[in-house]
Amino acid sequence: MPESDLSEELKKTGVDILKCMQCGVCSGSCPSGRQMSLNIRKIIKKAYTNDKNILTDKDLWMCTTCYTCQERCPRGIKIVDGIYKIRTVAVREGTMLSEHRKVSHLLLETGHAVPINEETKQKREQLGLDSLPETVSKHPKALDDVKIILKSCKFDELVSKKE
Amino acid sequence: MNPDKLSLFLGCIIPNRYPGIEKATKLCLDKLEIDWIDLPNASCCPAPGVFRSFDRSTWLAIAGRNISISEELERDILTICNGCYGSLADANNKLKNSEKLKEETNQHLKQINKELRGTIKIRHIIEYLYREFGPEDINERVEYPLNFNVALHYGCHLIKPSGERNLGNVERPEFFDELIESTGASSLDYPDKMECCGAGGGVRSALHDKALDITNHKLSQIKNRGVDCIVNACPFCHMQLDSGQAELGEKFGIDYEIPVLHYTQLLGLAFGYTPAELGINLNYVKNQTFLDKLEETITEQ
Ligand code: SF4
Ligand code: SF4
Repeated sequence: MPESDLSEELKKTGVDILKCMQCGVCSGSCPSGRQMSLNIRKIIKKAYTNDKNILTDKDLWMCTTCYTCQERCPRGIKIVDGIYKIRTVAVREGTMLSEHRKVSHLLLETGHAVPINEETKQKREQLGLDSLPETVSKHPKALDDVKIILKSCKFDELVSKKE
Repeated sequence: MNPDKLSLFLGCIIPNRYPGIEKATKLCLDKLEIDWIDLPNASCCPAPGVFRSFDRSTWLAIAGRNISISEELERDILTICNGCYGSLADANNKLKNSEKLKEETNQHLKQINKELRGTIKIRHIIEYLYREFGPEDINERVEYPLNFNVALHYGCHLIKPSGERNLGNVERPEFFDELIESTGASSLDYPDKMECCGAGGGVRSALHDKALDITNHKLSQIKNRGVDCIVNACPFCHMQLDSGQAELGEKFGIDYEIPVLHYTQLLGLAFGYTPAELGINLNYVKNQTFLDKLEETITEQ
């Protein structure tokens, strides 16, 4: 979808960034902006001017989705929903950080973003819990179901490395 | 739906990294005589920061599967993690409010003979205890009032987005502080109390050191206030604030040594369970002063 119109895509998801008046309340409230190069006001601006560079900009992935900006935006813009949307467009167009690919493969293989390990099994036993929790970790049939869904959503294709 | 019947959704980090929180939660639920079972066959919620950022259909379908299992059991889902709560509650609302999204999601679920109907609610243990019990009721059940000074970390997704959560003021909320104080402890205010732990949004996984910078700032504010422990209601924040201290020690020689407890572990102590029964000793941060203070409080009673 290389010809995507970002501000139109966002509007479809209920995020009307054209309402933005560039006041900077969002960036002034942003914890990631204080510690990293993320400037959320500028990302919004680039999105409404349809500047596709944001799709490959690492700053897009510095947002912790803390919602502080969204809660404070005087124009009521759903900024975080917007970030989610821009990120999904970026991923669709092939941009994904390597650690995020890894965690996606963990989901594909184990049904968990953070799978069980030997150390935790021991801790569980020490606490008097079953060494495996009542999740897909213990039930292979349920894990198969998760895999079927991920395949049905084509998640495996989405996160496999683009050449 | 009977709000009193719950299925406990564990997520990933609690059962697979911090099982002490699972144990503490189960002890507390039993003590409060809540009708609960483990939600069987659950997977990752899926983690919103990453998977919701990658693909909306996948996010909704995996969440939809978890929700549909609990629907079959006619139980509301109880989460003990802000991330699971945010992911499942937001997905549940979206699916309930849009026939189109529901239909799309059910197309995927059909392949495993499941269907999302939209019949249950997603709860978070903190809002559940606050709304269904209330601080006074909890306080009456406490057997060993604690005298800790606590730095409370709400975490972002428990209260935000506020339009979905309806838990009141997000800048200076008080309901969770009241639950802390119902154990006898004092909840101390500190600068940037409502600030993020740094882990969310996929930042911890992909930009680990940057996440740690945010955590370091938060911990430094807490250290300056002088507290006995940090209390949270999210294993992702918990891990970031606990294992983060170990990393900050290794990398920069900063030793905060502030014990980190999930609320169910604090409540468990007030119910008379030992730190070992609640898995508090399994944290990275070990702090003897904290344990001594607890010991003193218990033996004085
Ligand atoms: S706070 Fe809202 S209106 Fe102001 S710059 Fe940010 S997005 Fe635009
Ligand atoms: S949600 Fe993201 S952009 Fe907004 S304040 Fe939080 S970290 Fe910054």
